Amino acid sequence: MLAPVNHILPLTTIERERVLPVSGNVIAKLNQKVSSTDVIAEATWSREHLLIDVARGLNISANAADRLIRVKVNDKVAEGAEIAIGKGVMTRTIRAPRGGRVVAVGGGQVLMETGDASIQLRAGIPGTIVHIIPNRGALIRTVGALIQGTWGNGRIETGLLFNLTENPADVLTASRLDVSLRGSIILAGLIRDAETLRQAAELPVRGLILSSISPGLLPAAQQLRFPILAIDGFGQVPMNSAAYKLLTTNAKRDVTINAEAFNRYTGARPEVIIPLPVSQEPPPPTDVDTLETGQTVRLRRSPHAGEIGTLTKLHPGLSALPSGLRAPAGDVKLENGEQILVPLVNLEIVG
Amino acid sequence: MPVSLLEDSSLLAVNVGASSTRAVLFDVVEGQYRFIASGQAPSTADAPYKDVLLGVHQAISNLQAVTGKTLLDQNNQLITPVQGDGSGVDAFAVTLSAGPTLRAVVVGLLAEVSMQSAQRLAETAYLQVIETFGLSDPRKPDEQIDAVLRARPDVIILTGGTDGGASRSVQKIIESVGLACYLMPEEKRPAILFAGNQSLADSVKGSLGKLTPSLHFSPNVRPSLDTEDLAPASRELAQVFSDVRKRQMPGVDQLAAWTGGRILPTAYAEGRIIRFLSQMNGASRGILGVDIGTTAAVVAAGFNGKLTLGVYPQFGLGDNLPGLLQYTDLEAIMRWLPLDIAPSIVRDYLYQRSLYPGTIPATKEDHAIGHAISRQMLYLALREARRNFPPEARLVKKDLMPLFEPILAGGGAVSDAPTPGQSLLLLLDALQPVGITSIILDQNNLLPLLGAAAESNQLMPVQILESGAFMSLGTIVSVISSASYGLPVLRARLTYEDGAEANVEVKFGGLEILPLGMGQTARLSLQPLQRSDIGNGPGRNAAVQVAGGVMGVVIDARGRPLTLPEDPVRRRELFKKWLWSVGG
Repeated sequence: MLAPVNHILPLTTIERERVLPVSGNVIAKLNQKVSSTDVIAEATWSREHLLIDVARGLNISANAADRLIRVKVNDKVAEGAEIAIGKGVMTRTIRAPRGGRVVAVGGGQVLMETGDASIQLRAGIPGTIVHIIPNRGALIRTVGALIQGTWGNGRIETGLLFNLTENPADVLTASRLDVSLRGSIILAGLIRDAETLRQAAELPVRGLILSSISPGLLPAAQQLRFPILAIDGFGQVPMNSAAYKLLTTNAKRDVTINAEAFNRYTGARPEVIIPLPVSQEPPPPTDVDTLETGQTVRLRRSPHAGEIGTLTKLHPGLSALPSGLRAPAGDVKLENGEQILVPLVNLEIVG
Repeated sequence: MPVSLLEDSSLLAVNVGASSTRAVLFDVVEGQYRFIASGQAPSTADAPYKDVLLGVHQAISNLQAVTGKTLLDQNNQLITPVQGDGSGVDAFAVTLSAGPTLRAVVVGLLAEVSMQSAQRLAETAYLQVIETFGLSDPRKPDEQIDAVLRARPDVIILTGGTDGGASRSVQKIIESVGLACYLMPEEKRPAILFAGNQSLADSVKGSLGKLTPSLHFSPNVRPSLDTEDLAPASRELAQVFSDVRKRQMPGVDQLAAWTGGRILPTAYAEGRIIRFLSQMNGASRGILGVDIGTTAAVVAAGFNGKLTLGVYPQFGLGDNLPGLLQYTDLEAIMRWLPLDIAPSIVRDYLYQRSLYPGTIPATKEDHAIGHAISRQMLYLALREARRNFPPEARLVKKDLMPLFEPILAGGGAVSDAPTPGQSLLLLLDALQPVGITSIILDQNNLLPLLGAAAESNQLMPVQILESGAFMSLGTIVSVISSASYGLPVLRARLTYEDGAEANVEVKFGGLEILPLGMGQTARLSLQPLQRSDIGNGPGRNAAVQVAGGVMGVVIDARGRPLTLPEDPVRRRELFKKWLWSVGG
């Protein structure tokens, strides 16, 4: 049976496509080295539109108005600029109520976009630009450790990783966040209160890597300007041992958190990337694999959600589960030695 | 190659759901259509697979393993028609519910007329209405344009104007929609369905034809002020959905090619079979179909051949789970729990499960939480759907369910319960049927597939429904009473075909079962006490011929509406008792 792969890898080649939501200008060059926060593409996006009804303003037909309109598509017009001038003794002028760019003309109307906002697309991962996607973005490649998470607040940052945990189930409290941690990315465990988030923001830290996050804290976490990433989901789930081990052994290294929102349709996932020097590029990770005995697996649902184990047996046909359901299942040996029966759909391969 | 569904031929039908993909084989056995077998596999519409065909191939492979019949060739192409060696099938049908809920903008003219119809139309598909505007909208046209752009719609539903009626106002609105589409990048432009004043069809084609990848027309949802006709537009909206999915979802195109271009949204297909049965039945009572799955809760009610279809993605057991708390509170979910589980665990469950909707419960506790959420979602979905039931729906009492016969239920949450009793209890709690009705479990989720087949082969659904492919849970007698808990509210006597009798006196708050196996019939005589009502009016007796099922005849004297004790300990005790009554 096919199963998704959750990447927790000490060394791999990582490629990520980063694209603007709208067409724009790609700044990055092929083979350019970029840091995670470098802007690789930008676009202007108009927040508002303005429809100027010339025909109505001049009280004439749409066709007649079209003949009097003095602007054309792509013209940049200043506030008060003439859009159309009426004919006759009592001529009336239609002016632009605000500055902007003309995007459509016709039917006696002029549509302008105003209030431009610029979008800057950051690299998200440190690496090399290996492909330019014209007007949209680029493909970036890097080599290093990769740890995928399950929830992110949409921010990106790079910084020195500082481990504040003693075990994967540790709880971070506000009192443990002191000024020496300013500018660091903190490997924390669980956060149970908003006060800890506030303290982290006040320092400020550059990022938080959590084991899991309480749903009640999500609105506050969304508002913070630094990335917050939960490795194993929601509630009180301790960090899976594979991710914890990899992160703790990389403490004091520069790490990048791309706390992109999890999207199971596009495959976007929040992730931690730790660039590492290599002489030869390791193979890229695979996203899908067939479940086989001996594989390291992660459990995706209670009662052992987030735990890591080894798939020791694939049962033929359907197995009766403690819940009363019958489903294809396998035996998983957890790290504490306990052997449990797990439905195969509740497993993902670690690799 | 297009394939037509021919009578007296085999049909392979595939349902691509958000969590699982099922391939089902129907064939002719001794001159009758029969459900042969099904194969199931996890769906692969999502990342990392991003190709629905992987799951379809796997499900068909599993079906091949069960039946020994070869359906796919070496290149994983469907073998059709049936070959000399017996491989292949004659026809193929697909229903689809996988994928994110489509974002919709609904445009109409008058709030109480076309806007309302447009909203109801949107409820017949896997849509979430993000933005609406009409004549009374106080925003200026440019603000409306920005609103459409912010909504990032996959679909725009345009209605407004009765046939031959208002056109200028509708045209103004169409203009705003056209400008919004013009401003979107080409690849992000929405599909558009026009279901308004038919005299504007040409104008709409001229204005919007080049601004959308997919422009659809249907008869007016509001041909006159006092007439609403959603059926043709709903059918066209089903096509819009398929078109959008073909563009969004790799593999859907190929599936469409196997079917000759026709893929039906699962909910629409389910609605079609309910309408079909309702037409056949022609009874005074409605037919109800409910389905709760990962994508949405679906309520399809047929009254004299007329369908009311409600698709509620907000009550689906997938991505939208965390949003459930916008429609209900945690307490309302907790009330359905038979076990003592902390509210924080239930809340965490909503979020955690939304990450992995394809996973299944491994423990009793996990299963109990899932069933509590399913109960509440189905309960809320039915409450929503009831607003749209037609006036001819027969009510015993205001604010209660209309009379239905039968109730057909499917979807993962219901059909995958460990025991039929648990499925039944979930349905009784969530739906709270009234009167005397039978409940049929679609444990193989065949209904939508039969709906898809019914398009070209009307004989097959009838024969399959009569073939025993569905599990009758039994006949349910629901008691409405204002008696105190523990007082007798009903005497029931079941007279079997061999003359034997079973008698029971049911107390208020109880759930009693009289055994009557599948395929058996018996005479049920009911004598309400304390002016209780079993659908005929307070205190009125009834004697009816009833059919059996895996649960027999179930007398639900817990009252309507079902009122649960405030005390959680007492409530959990009751749940355990009721669960025990239906076999655990």
